Formats: sequence, structure tokens, C-alpha cells
Amino acid sequence: MTRLPAQLWIGAVLSVVLLAAALISFLWTPYDVTALNIADKLKAPSAEYLLGTDHFGRDLLSMLMEGGRISIAVAVLAVGIGMGVGVPLGLMAAANRGGWLDEIIMRGNDLIFAFPSLVIAILITATFGPSATNAIIAIGIFNIPVFARVARGGALTIWTREFIMAARVAGKGKARISVEHILPNIANLLIVQGTIQFSLGILAEAGLSYVGLGAQPPTPSWGRMLADAQTMIYTTPRLAIAPGLAIVVMVLGLNLMGDGLRDLLDPRIRRARE
Amino acid sequence: MLRYLITRALSLGASLIVASLVIFAMIEVIPGDPASFMLGLNASPDTVAALRDDLGLNGSLSARYFNWISGLLVGDFGISYTYRVPVSELVLERLQVSLPLALFALLLSTLIAIPVGLIAAARRGQMTDYTVMGVTQMGIAVPNFWFAMLLVLVFAVQLRWFSAGGFPGWDAGVGPTLKALTLPAIALALPQASILARVMRSSLLDVLHQDYMRTARAKGLSVAQATRRHALRNAMIPVLTIIGLQFSFLLAGAIIIENVFFLPGLGRLIFQAITQRDLVVVESVVMLLVFAVILVTFLVDVAYVVVDPRLRRRA
Repeated sequence: MTRLPAQLWIGAVLSVVLLAAALISFLWTPYDVTALNIADKLKAPSAEYLLGTDHFGRDLLSMLMEGGRISIAVAVLAVGIGMGVGVPLGLMAAANRGGWLDEIIMRGNDLIFAFPSLVIAILITATFGPSATNAIIAIGIFNIPVFARVARGGALTIWTREFIMAARVAGKGKARISVEHILPNIANLLIVQGTIQFSLGILAEAGLSYVGLGAQPPTPSWGRMLADAQTMIYTTPRLAIAPGLAIVVMVLGLNLMGDGLRDLLDPRIRRARE
Repeated sequence: MLRYLITRALSLGASLIVASLVIFAMIEVIPGDPASFMLGLNASPDTVAALRDDLGLNGSLSARYFNWISGLLVGDFGISYTYRVPVSELVLERLQVSLPLALFALLLSTLIAIPVGLIAAARRGQMTDYTVMGVTQMGIAVPNFWFAMLLVLVFAVQLRWFSAGGFPGWDAGVGPTLKALTLPAIALALPQASILARVMRSSLLDVLHQDYMRTARAKGLSVAQATRRHALRNAMIPVLTIIGLQFSFLLAGAIIIENVFFLPGLGRLIFQAITQRDLVVVESVVMLLVFAVILVTFLVDVAYVVVDPRLRRRA
């Protein structure tokens, strides 16, 4: 039994705490975030309001918990789009290595990479109206080439192995081999990449929401809380610092987890470190 | 070598054509008529018709595409609908902010990252290395616009060393201009420097284990000499790729930072054009940015082949 890398532990704890807080918010938050309570506006942190209140008297902790839902959901679904479309494309490209299909898929990939992602995401959300759904699509599109490339790269090394030859001799077609033999063998790579894209998705959602193109009011998200806090940064910096820290902790946790998983799952790196 | 350049140039051209088609299609798929989209809900039919004419929307799809492209090729980017000036003028004006900002940030990021990555690699597994890895891990996790807000809070609000935003224009002199760009450049450079330092470190670590490094040491070079003469050069290849990628990112990715600091740059131009539905500006500026990204990638590829003869044979 190999010892789990420390960063995997730390990363998992950081991200699971925030994930749990977001999930708990479906059932319970300390206060109702849609109820305005002007009498209690801009209260400093106290036993009553652990992180204090904002300019509408809403409890900051409750908002952070609920805000996490949208941020996390957008990033997770965007990873889903990227994997759902990118992985089959990558597998197809690898199965037809050097063929026209491979060429088309890879050139298409390069093309998406060439587009400034943020600009296109802004263009998509601005064209079809700002909403969490359009943010998911915009971020998801740019996840596609990443997963396609990782899947193709991983699959190419598997295709040269003997057991694939055996499967071919047994009469299995390319598609069946890709699903039954290649996919399970590149799952590690995809999980690691998924963690990284998850964290990038959190950052992208924050950016889009910050410029007003993500989740719309009254739905809170970490990025929107930052945007709302910007004008108050001179008087109540706490309002801007808290959601920012939430983003940092989540992204840091996911990145550490990704690194840890890679070390754990990739025997080559493990050997090099020993 | 020449054959390689020609094939690369051809694929560059093909990418640009496909990119232009994609952008054109995106603008075209905007639900409804671009003219009424730009004018909003309360426009009279006459105004919409006049704008349609103005924009050349009455021609066929292919005619409109070729008009746009042939215009771009001779530097005619169309007339901005909201500003009523040629888009090329707007772009040139905004580039005076965005280009120096991108270069400033790139310079900062490179100047910080290369020595830091070098030190971390040299002190691998020691306290310095762990510190560098920890700090850069943080640097990657921090959203740059949030970092920008913190910079404003500390250096503009508390210490009053810098102004919280705005751009005096180059007429005000180089000093004040650079000062206005300093905080935005630092905010942009932090995540980039963190990534670059990690790439530098791992790339150097890879190279340090190569056989030619052992040979260099065996023939009597000190570690420092061998690193300087052999390792650095080879380690720079992945680092250069990332620097190339970062430049285009910095040029296009500054939209949000430009918004935090109220800088009149290219990113802010695009953002405003999108919100004001100025499609002529959006279409041409996005194309310009994509062109820049594809061109930089091309130049980096060509630079490799010039620097590294081994790649020539493979190509």
C-alpha cells in the first residue's frame, strides 16, 4: 500500500469542506439570503453573524454557502461538457491515427485553442444573454479540446500495447476496443485533467460573474459577490475578501488534489520521485 | 527547412480562414437581425432599414463575408456604430494601452519566474523549493481580478502609492503612464509568473538528468558552468512556448483587469462593444486578437526550428 501524497489529503479536505458547505446550503443556512434586513446592515463579524453582514443586512456566511452552489455547479457541468464531447473525439482521433478524421479533429482543436477563451465566453454570454447556463456552455466549449488532446495522447500509447493487438485479433472493432480497453486505461489521466479543468472553471465562472455575465441576481455566486463588493472595498473590505478567499481555497484545494492524484496514479512520476 | 516553413505558413493561412468563418458565423447566428439587435427594441423600422443599408446587410451572406475580409486585408475594419469612427482608429488608440500593459506584465512575469524557477530547481527538495512550490500554487489559485482589488486596497487606498485606476495617456509622460500600468501589470503577472516558474523548474529538472549533463560534468565543468552552457538552453524550449502563449493571453485576457482599473484598452473596448451591441467592432477586434494569437504561435514554432536543429529533421 503506497502512502497517499500529503497534497492529496490537504487538497481533498479544502475542497470537500467548501463542497459540503454548498451542499448543506440546500437544506440549511444560518440566515435566509433573500431576506433583506437593513437594520442589521454592515454588521461586523460577531457571534450572531459569524462573518458579518453586507449592505443589505444579509449574512455573509449564508451567502458564501449559497454562492458556492452556482460556482461549483457551473464548473462541474462545464467539465461534463468537455469530457462528454472531448473524450469521444480524442478516442476517435487516436483510433484513426494519421487519418483524415484525426487530422480534422486535431486541427479543430488547435483552432479552438487559438481563440482567446475569455473573449469568446464573453461573446457567447453577451449574444445569448447572460445566465449561468450560457456560462456553462461557454466554459464547456473550451474544455472540449483539452480533453480531446489528453484522451488522444493517452489512447495513442495504449494502442501500441499487446493486449490491444490481442483484442484486434479477437475481432473487436476500433470503437469497441476504444470503449472497452482504451477508456478504462486512460481514466486516470482524465480524472486528473478533470480536477484541473474543474478549478479553472471556478476561476472562469468567477471572472464572468464579476463582469456581470454569469449568474444573475438574486442568485448569489462567488464572482457576483466580488462584483457587488468592489464599490465597498474602501469601507468594508471584508465583503470582497471573503468570497475571494472562498475561490482561492476551492481552486487551491482542487489543484493540490489534481497534483496528488497525478502522483498517485502515474507510476512513472512516482518512480522518479522515489 | 524551407519546405517546413511553407507548410507551416499554409496551415497558418488555413487556420485564419477557418477562424474568420467561425467569427462571421457567430455574429450571424445572433438571434434576429443584427441591425435591430444593435438599435434595440424601440427603433423605428426606417432607422433599422437605414442601418441595414449602412452595414451592407442587404447583400448576400457570401458577399458580406468577402466585403468584410477584403476590408480587413487592406486595414479597413469598418466604422464603429457607437463611436462613429473607423474601427482601425479605435484599435490603434486602445493598443497604446493594451500592448504596453501586456508587455509590462510579460516582462514582470518572466523576470520573476525564470530566476525563481532556477533557484527552486537548484534547491530541489529543500525548504526554498517547497516555499516556491507553495507560493506559486497560491499564485495560480488567486483570481487575478481579486488580486487586483487587494492591490488597490493596499497600495492605493492604504498606502496611497498608486492611484486606484484610470489612465493619464502617453501625453502625460512615460513616468505617470508606467505608474498607472504598474498595479494592473502586477495583477496580470502574478498567475502567469506562478505558472512560468513551475514550468521553468520542472523543465530544468528534466534536463539536469540528461546524459549530456553528466558528460559536461565529467569533462570538468562545474555545476554552474554546465547549467549555464547546456541545461539552460535546453530547458528554455518549453519555457518559450509558455511565454508565447502567455503573450496572447495577456493581450486578450486583460479584459477583466482593464475593467478593475478603468483602463481604456482593447479588452475594455471589446467588452463595451459587446454590451453596446456594436457588432462591427466586436467582429473585427475578435478577428484581430485571434490573428495575433495564431501569428504568435506560428512565430514560436518557427523560432524553435531556428533554435533547435533537431526539430528541423523531424519536421
